Amino acid sequence: MADEIKVRMTDVHKSFGKKVVLDGVTLDVKKGESLVIIGGSGTGKSVTIKCIQGLLTPDSGSIQIDGREIVGLPSREMEKINAQTGMLFQGAALFDSLNIWENVAFGLIQGKKMNRAQAKEIAVKKLAQVGLNADVATLYPDELSGGMKKRVGLARAIASDPELIFFDEPTTGLDPIMSDVINDLIRSCVKDLGATGITITHDMSSVRKIADKVAMLYKGKIIWHGRVDEIDRSGNPYVEQFINGRADGPIQMEIRG
Amino acid sequence: MNIFAPVGRVFLNFLRSVGRLTLFTMKSVSYCVRPPFYFRTLFSQMVEIGFYSLPVVALTTMFSGMVIALQSYSGLSTLSSEGVVASVVELTVTRELGPVLAALMVAGRVGAAMAAELGTMRVTEQIDALATLSTNPFKYLVVPRIVAGVIMLPVLVLIGDVIGIYGGYLICVYKLDFNAINFLRNTWNFMQAVDIVSGMTKAAVFGFIVTLMGCYNGFYSKGGAEGVGKATTNAVVASSILILISNYLLTELFFSR
Repeated sequence: MADEIKVRMTDVHKSFGKKVVLDGVTLDVKKGESLVIIGGSGTGKSVTIKCIQGLLTPDSGSIQIDGREIVGLPSREMEKINAQTGMLFQGAALFDSLNIWENVAFGLIQGKKMNRAQAKEIAVKKLAQVGLNADVATLYPDELSGGMKKRVGLARAIASDPELIFFDEPTTGLDPIMSDVINDLIRSCVKDLGATGITITHDMSSVRKIADKVAMLYKGKIIWHGRVDEIDRSGNPYVEQFINGRADGPIQMEIRG
Repeated sequence: MNIFAPVGRVFLNFLRSVGRLTLFTMKSVSYCVRPPFYFRTLFSQMVEIGFYSLPVVALTTMFSGMVIALQSYSGLSTLSSEGVVASVVELTVTRELGPVLAALMVAGRVGAAMAAELGTMRVTEQIDALATLSTNPFKYLVVPRIVAGVIMLPVLVLIGDVIGIYGGYLICVYKLDFNAINFLRNTWNFMQAVDIVSGMTKAAVFGFIVTLMGCYNGFYSKGGAEGVGKATTNAVVASSILILISNYLLTELFFSR
């Protein structure tokens, strides 16, 4: 089990018009592993996970989940695969028109056709798991703070006990303490479920807390991939510049997008 | 410089939008007949479009009926053919003004709201979130709105017809001193099934246009608050123009011999 590959990306290319975003991404994620993809803004981190989720279709290359090719899969089949994945969005992306427990239970009710009473029970349980009590369940998303929204988003991502969970910049916009709380929650949720986690972030404290493995994306390519405890002696000038947050080095920030 | 380049670019952009709209339309229509169906959202959209648009539609058709009575009287009284006023009111309201005005009002009220709602859902990643919760955004968001529009607009128009003719009745009987019974008899005798049927067919087509434009513009909006604003404007402008054009085409279809 330890060496089974959950997600395998092989030479994935994706461009928008003339702008090349992914230029041959090759990446393996093992089952039960927590991979963090780091990289500056606009280096294609979000596009990478959107391709794995089937929200975007790569121009060329192959993506396999559990050994099954997902590029070019019809939407009906993709829905089935997505039923075993969860995602925490950067802005939480809670549905404004539904209350908190309906948000958390959404995948159970719509995706898995569970009845509402049963789904609510699970939703409340998942909310407790992320440290929210049952009073919150009947509130609406706009009544919550940013940190609470993130927690609800996390509860929704884990509601259907997914095997693969994506985290899109989970700590962006949160204070350092709340960031640490969210990092801990992500860590424990992924471990409890025995799920595979793929996180994209540029927050180094997050990386050190969540990651088993780290991959660095630069100009549409994976330029470094290794265990998190090796990151400080990677010997890669790009990685060193990034993790130390230096303005000068091989990575030149493009001022004009 | 090559003067053909900008011309070509504009033309290609035009083709691209036409193609995207066509694909969107075909996708929406094909999902209308494929399960799963979301009856909860369908019902709430029917209430939103049908019930909550009733006051606006009632007011516009009422006053249109009154104006037509007044205008046709002032024009036709010189020909001493006051009896014709009733039939003029009936004709204009059921065939033209009822469906067109109701559709324009609904475009401003419901089409704009749909574009804004779906646009906000797009920019806050809620539409992507639906897909990750193994729910097809087309089936969950677009189909219920379009079906509700196609069902409810004819109903609104039928009610609008009655109210519009009543507006004409009020003016004729209480202001112009017509005989009430004669007015009703003239209206009833002159009315043909094709008046009502054509009006309601138009309404169904307009309902499709309004909801489709609202959903399409919202679904593909981008660029934050400004993009949502633009999507809303485009939805109303595009549906208003399409309503007027298709009104002509449908009239041609029904009444030209």
